[in-house]
Amino acid sequence: MVETGHFALVLAFALALVQTLVPLFGARMNNQKMMAVGGPVAVTGFALTALSFAALAIAYATSDFSVANVWDNSHSLQPLIYKITGTWGNHEGSMLLWVLILTFFGALVAAFGSNLPATLRANVLAVQGAIGATFFLFILATSNPFARLNPAPIEGRDLNPILQDLGLAIHPPLLYLGYVGFSICFSFSVAALIEGRIDASWARWVRPWTLVAWMFLTGGIAMGSYWAYYELGWGGFWFWDPVENASFMPWLAGTALLHSAIVMEKRSALKIWTLLLAILTFSLSLLGTFLVRSGVLTSVHAFATDPTRGVFILCILTLFIGGSLALFAFRASRLTAGGLFHPISREGALVLNNLFLTTATATVLIGTLYPLAVEAVSADKISVGAPFFNLTFGPLMVPLLVVVPFGPLLAWKRGDIFAVAQRLMAAFAAALLAVLVTALFIDGASVFAALGVGLAFWLICGALTDIAVKSGFGTVATGTMFRRFAGLPRSVFGTALAHLGLGLTTLGIVGTLCFGTEKILSMHAGETVQLSGHTLRFEGLYPAQGPNYSEDRGRFALLDADGSTTAIITSSKRSYPVRQMTTTESGIKTIGFSQLYLSLGDEGTDGSVVVRLWWKPLVTLIWGGSLVMMAGAAMSLMDRRLRVGAPSRRRKSTGAVPSASLP
Amino acid sequence: MTRKQKRLSVIAGGLAFLGAATGLTFYALGQKASYFYMPADLTTASLQPGQRIRLGGLVEKGTIERGQGATVAFSVTDNQKQVKVTYTGILPDLFREEQGVITEGTFRPDGVFVADSVLAKHDENYMPKEVADGLKAKGVWQESKSE
Repeated sequence: MVETGHFALVLAFALALVQTLVPLFGARMNNQKMMAVGGPVAVTGFALTALSFAALAIAYATSDFSVANVWDNSHSLQPLIYKITGTWGNHEGSMLLWVLILTFFGALVAAFGSNLPATLRANVLAVQGAIGATFFLFILATSNPFARLNPAPIEGRDLNPILQDLGLAIHPPLLYLGYVGFSICFSFSVAALIEGRIDASWARWVRPWTLVAWMFLTGGIAMGSYWAYYELGWGGFWFWDPVENASFMPWLAGTALLHSAIVMEKRSALKIWTLLLAILTFSLSLLGTFLVRSGVLTSVHAFATDPTRGVFILCILTLFIGGSLALFAFRASRLTAGGLFHPISREGALVLNNLFLTTATATVLIGTLYPLAVEAVSADKISVGAPFFNLTFGPLMVPLLVVVPFGPLLAWKRGDIFAVAQRLMAAFAAALLAVLVTALFIDGASVFAALGVGLAFWLICGALTDIAVKSGFGTVATGTMFRRFAGLPRSVFGTALAHLGLGLTTLGIVGTLCFGTEKILSMHAGETVQLSGHTLRFEGLYPAQGPNYSEDRGRFALLDADGSTTAIITSSKRSYPVRQMTTTESGIKTIGFSQLYLSLGDEGTDGSVVVRLWWKPLVTLIWGGSLVMMAGAAMSLMDRRLRVGAPSRRRKSTGAVPSASLP
Repeated sequence: MTRKQKRLSVIAGGLAFLGAATGLTFYALGQKASYFYMPADLTTASLQPGQRIRLGGLVEKGTIERGQGATVAFSVTDNQKQVKVTYTGILPDLFREEQGVITEGTFRPDGVFVADSVLAKHDENYMPKEVADGLKAKGVWQESKSE
């Protein structure tokens, strides 16, 4: 079975080469048969990669320690779920998941792209095949997951205990669906450059792919953040770690792309910019893959430290980023610029969004790469952490968040800012009220905290205003309003939901950072501690045994006003004998949207235990808001306009819209 | 304003914005980046009072003292020099004697390093890359250390 997997992978590599070359030349020579090869080959390539992945997953599930990769990252005593998720909890397996998702998206284009012009489809599949081919070669040459051991060891070396968590089942697949999903936007852009033409219908094809990738990336980042929050026991939800930044940069650029693609689709403006953004977004995904997989960074994610792998990925990076940007430089002048617009208009607002988001991406990029650059040119080792990003990223985001509610209410082409401001009066009043309530009743000490809460309410109420205004609230009869509400395009709801989610996430971040409290103390059994109005009693440490670990469980009782127990929170120190590692399992109690978070430290000589406690107000909104953003993207995807792509193209081909732009 | 003037003002505004962002970024890099040192580097390094640095090395054997409450003191060594470090909080799970750590914080006037974060690598070698490179550069790296 394992050899079958390896063989399937080699076949998939060969097919990826076919998928690159045949459709590409077919499109060049306008040969229908050659172009048609792309589709079936892409689907077969995906099937073979899936077979290969399944072979590895089965080796993991059955604990076949004759496979070096399984031996290195699994143990027979692990629960089955961690045996299976261990498939991608290592360098080789995660790269295999990467190409699996890449070929999956290629197969999707082949399956759903029947309404694409034949040459565009052929070129898209060719570019997708080229990306696949390089990564297949990378896996086969440097990171073979199917290498055997002889003689086979009896027992494996266990999966890194930090990864033995449900988070590993969700975070990497979601993240990769996002990261790699942007490859489709990249392939569409490069295909458009190869053809030297781009029109508004191009944006209609690219936008759903961007939405899908963005939706998964949002989920992947949020899930990774929550995982780090509860697993590492540090109580933080974002560390500005280079690896987090590696996934955050494509998200920022992808968010910009999502917005500029709207302008391109609706107004056929910003064509060249949208195309460049699509290239940059996937380039940042590739850069992220390089940063995480090459071992240049110290991090939980850096499984591999083999320098040949780093050099190989760097070559892939140079090939695709350099190649696509060179193609852009040569061909972009062939594409004509589109419609004009007034600075104060929906387009203007979206350009402003892009200006802020790309600048923010650039600051994160500089902060992430600067230490590597400094280390390369001098002996100094520096680190750029949260203080840098708070100083640069924060000031860039705040003005952007302030203007978000204006965008969807402005008219295309030329907007009336005063009319929009008038409509937003209610939202502004709500935000002001939130500021006053926060300052007067909750915490008058910090002006920033009050303003932060106000900003969050401004976003939330702004999103609701958008829906209210568009369904005619207050201007038409109630019956008409409900009819209009039901008739609003799904994408309008999508926008409002996404912006609402952004407001909720902002509220969660402000709540946690500004109103959170923490305590570190050493406790004896029976002692109680107060934190932000909650009383906890330490009941003691109890030993317990898991399938492949032993643990000391600290039990804490949450007491109400009369001293009776309302909940038990446990935090434990686990020790995994195979890897000789200990991990801390934090104890979390969710109260409303807030959480009481505690984590266990070392035992003192006198039988006391160091305990760190946090009260994290509204913290769940950080991830809840991300879920709402994902729901917004899903809602937008259901928009009729995106589902039915073909009719609009037929209308175009009658010459109603002169959008093709051949020189 | 004519159309040309309008366009120019939009472009000028955009450039001013980018300029401000660039300025802020490089100011922040100068202010907020923290340098990595091993104990022996500190004699030659000129540190401003209160400057945040990252101090890396091995936790010296037999120096871990747990005081009252959650404060821990230990020495970080590169086998040439030692620096005493205090830290209040929960040490990472991988923190142990003779293993690599990176601490981040500032020096107190009496020469004790007050760390506000302590990192140990999540890997079977327990050796942050910076510390390993530093030890290799000083010629005190032993492969057996990583077992």
